[in-house]
Amino acid sequence: MKKPRAIILRTAGTNCDYETKAAFEMAGALADRVHINSIIRGEVKLSDFQILALPGGFSYGDDIASGKILANELKYRLGDEIRKFDFASKPIIGICNGFQVLVKMGILPGEKDYAQTATLTFNDSDKFESRWVYLKRQGAGVRGKGPKKAVNNFWIDGMPEVIRLPVAHGEGKFVTIESSALNKIEDNGQVAFRYCAPGGVKPEYPFNPNGSTNDIAGICNQRGNVFGLMPHPERFVHAWQSPSKDEADIISGDSAWGLKIFINAVKAAE
Amino acid sequence: MIEKNYVNILDLNDNELLALSRENVLSLSLEEMKRIKSYFHKKGRNPTDMELETMAQTWSEHCKHKTLTGIVEYSFTDEKGKTHKRIFNNLLKETVFRATQELNKKWCISVFKDNAGVIEFDKEYGIAFKVETHNHPSALEPYGGAATGIGGVIRDVLGVGLGAKPLANTDVFCFGEPELEWSRLPEGVLHPKRIAKGVVSGVRDYGNRMGIPTVNGAVYFDEGYTSNPLVYCGTMGIIPKNKCFKKVLPGDLVLVVGGRTGRDGIHGATFSSVQLDQESDVTAVQIGNAIVEKKVLDTVLKARDLGLFRAITDCGAGGLSSAVGELGEECGVRVSLEQVPLKYPGLKPWEIWISEAQERMVLAVPKKNKNKILKVFEDENVEATFIGEFTNDGILTVMYENEALAELDMEFMHKGVPRPTRKASWTQKHEKAGKLPAKSSAGKDLKTLLSSLNIASKEWIIRQYDHEVQGQTVIKPLQGSDISKQGPGDAAVVWPYTIVKNSYKGIVLSNGLNPEFGKIDPYWMAASAIDEALRNAVCVGADPSKIAILDNFCWGNPNRPDQLGGLVRASLACYDMAKVFGTPFISGKDSLHNEYAVKGKLYSIPPALLISAMGLIEDIRKTITMDFKSPGSLIYVVGETKNELGGSHYNKIKNIKGGILPKVEASVSKRVMSSLHKAIVKGFVASCHDCSEGGLAVALAEMAFAGNKGVECSLFNMPANKMGNAELMFSESNSRFVVEIEADKAAKFERELAGLNFVMIGRVANGGRFTVKGIKNEKLIDEALADLHGAWSARLAW
Repeated sequence: MKKPRAIILRTAGTNCDYETKAAFEMAGALADRVHINSIIRGEVKLSDFQILALPGGFSYGDDIASGKILANELKYRLGDEIRKFDFASKPIIGICNGFQVLVKMGILPGEKDYAQTATLTFNDSDKFESRWVYLKRQGAGVRGKGPKKAVNNFWIDGMPEVIRLPVAHGEGKFVTIESSALNKIEDNGQVAFRYCAPGGVKPEYPFNPNGSTNDIAGICNQRGNVFGLMPHPERFVHAWQSPSKDEADIISGDSAWGLKIFINAVKAAE
Repeated sequence: MIEKNYVNILDLNDNELLALSRENVLSLSLEEMKRIKSYFHKKGRNPTDMELETMAQTWSEHCKHKTLTGIVEYSFTDEKGKTHKRIFNNLLKETVFRATQELNKKWCISVFKDNAGVIEFDKEYGIAFKVETHNHPSALEPYGGAATGIGGVIRDVLGVGLGAKPLANTDVFCFGEPELEWSRLPEGVLHPKRIAKGVVSGVRDYGNRMGIPTVNGAVYFDEGYTSNPLVYCGTMGIIPKNKCFKKVLPGDLVLVVGGRTGRDGIHGATFSSVQLDQESDVTAVQIGNAIVEKKVLDTVLKARDLGLFRAITDCGAGGLSSAVGELGEECGVRVSLEQVPLKYPGLKPWEIWISEAQERMVLAVPKKNKNKILKVFEDENVEATFIGEFTNDGILTVMYENEALAELDMEFMHKGVPRPTRKASWTQKHEKAGKLPAKSSAGKDLKTLLSSLNIASKEWIIRQYDHEVQGQTVIKPLQGSDISKQGPGDAAVVWPYTIVKNSYKGIVLSNGLNPEFGKIDPYWMAASAIDEALRNAVCVGADPSKIAILDNFCWGNPNRPDQLGGLVRASLACYDMAKVFGTPFISGKDSLHNEYAVKGKLYSIPPALLISAMGLIEDIRKTITMDFKSPGSLIYVVGETKNELGGSHYNKIKNIKGGILPKVEASVSKRVMSSLHKAIVKGFVASCHDCSEGGLAVALAEMAFAGNKGVECSLFNMPANKMGNAELMFSESNSRFVVEIEADKAAKFERELAGLNFVMIGRVANGGRFTVKGIKNEKLIDEALADLHGAWSARLAW
């Protein structure tokens, strides 16, 4: 079978592009690091790719607000291509700064016309923090009962209840502008990962590292093809990237659970 | 039309020459001013302002290291009062550099000649390492000073050979005590806590934006650094072996890439060679913009891989004058400054020429690649401008709108600097053991030590740095399985898997620093720093036979014989230790004149030598961390504990004067490290921690709370040699490790270490108690793990 092609979109200040490319390659994709200017100039076509990844970093220095400038650039200069990509239900992932971009351009949570209904703002601790966290995958809703609907979230297929990943950000607190937007995300079952304490229980700081509403660490859109998260799965694809040896981190052999997200994307794109 | 400004020096007498140097922050000595005068006398004219400024930059201490490469008349008086004399014709060449030459390691690729040192990584790649200081700027403007410090050292690595890709940063700071009372703060000085917070924020904002993980570091607090904080910034990078050297050819074009030139950072190079005072000019500090530098990094590496340029260097100290001057040293160069893109109009030509505006690199580009290389930069919105051409006339010609504002012989610029003779002296004092308190609670002392400034957790700082970007940091700065309760690692390991495919080889970074020892004898400070840096690297699994080290001297005024005497002592130790350990120095830097004058009072720093080590590990899957792993395993102390409380943290918290400094028996230490390394490679060692600040007690406590495991130990089996519990627990003897060995591997481990000093002192335990019995097996320490961790983590949790 032909390997799907993943585009790792980069711009000034992108800095997780190499490892994101490596993760997609490990997962079985052909991956290219492409500067946004190449697409704007028409040298590279987005439609030639089956997966779009917005990696972590500080796009344009996070001037104004994290991810805001790149979000506007995507929305206003590549809006049509992005929309086509999205509505062809091709996998789109935004990690850390990439998640901030997806939320700020409105493709997440994915309202009509990409209206922005949420943001990622300054951590409660008011500083950049780099640490490992526990993540609980989508399941029971935050209010003790399940979501009303279930999104086809292929990204977390086959993953265990709780995994560990590193976070590194200063603006990772997920908030919605209106509580109705939050309820909608919850009712739709769009939350993919929540921060948790060891054992999967309700976290306090530092297990919820930024004060995110409902401990939200990552969400997808309603069709499930767009996924954004603050933690860095690309930094935990090999067993020995972990802070301590733990069998629970391992899929099989030397692969760690972070890799599964990339494998799932490749599978969905095939 | 620009006016050519001549500065009259031909008619000046000695006093007037010195006054001219001082008033224009040229930092040139009388000898140097006279040499310049005679050069221009022969030319039959006065220098232009541009020429004088160019000479000042090129001959600055910062660029030329005149003291360390100068002539030193050294007089050493031993304990018995006998004086020994020695003359160094070039201190650096006869100590630090000589060790490297004599060791002549074939894995050293480029040492002491480029912007960073380079050693071999594997068949295809080399790894480059450089550590810089940015002290003066950080004293005046901590945030900007530190940010541009890290920005500068990243460009050094980007400017080594044809450009290395940065993989990791290291940061080591020395600050005044953060709880200093305001009444004790010298006038005109920022409070140490403000400096500390500003410096950390500066490194965070610049380093994180560059996408380079900050993986290793240290912070040292001492009142002596109140007016002159030290900010060491280091970068390690990877470079293809066939890109390790540069060669400029006449006819190549001069290309300036990156940031625009402004009025910031004027006289940065020369101002770093004078003591600070209240009048020190903050415009000497540069203004940084990390994203501009990130774009430069991305595009330069792209141009490198396309083979589009023949040489590259960074615009650091001295700005274009140094960068262009250095690249053109062998052949000559002609540039036109009106081509240089400016942040705003109004700069005088000499300001454009010496501005240290950030994020600029200078490249030598073959004419045929002119358009191709411009496209690479244009494609990613990086400004790139050709400003001149390399010649074969051996002359530096600086033009502005068709007027030649400087014409200087390269030979004179680079080789004409007079070599000063300085006097150095050192009087050795007799060391004797300090008087220990008759009664003291070891448990309480341990908690006091854990919460003392130089031992307490630096988590507040560490977590603000992204230490895992690039995904390659396999051994991280904080260690332990409970991610909310970790302990301090000894060294970091970077596994460059995104660059080097199908390999498990890794790079180890560590450091050693102990200014407290330097207050007694800089020789043993230097020796201890080297031993410590190596120890730290060995702890995680580095091969001790293939470690390269860097020296960074931060000293006071070298014109004072006692200051320079200490510097000579430290340099001699560098030679002695490097030779025995077989660890070459590959790069270094010195920052002298770390002094502050106010109201007739002079504050000089405690001399500090930072040793940064870069080692290799064959298989990163065999790295180990410092947290205790399994209850029931045995705890060993490897290496001999001696009565060496001099300069120790115990003496500091107990206010004990004197004491015997830890020495280094390098040949013994080398054997210990080599055997321990073999044991680690063979998989006998479960965890390993360096025994340094706070001695055995602190090392044990850190391993215990990082692993969330109890400890049951006794000093009963330790060879006491007339020492008491306090000496055994808190002495900071070098060359020691605490290791955890699973019971079934103990026999094999002991065989590996046969003939060396080691002793089994107890076991890792279940539960949350930390208990240590004394030399007579009496009760000594019985503390709750949580209390120890609490004492360690609370002090600096800002």
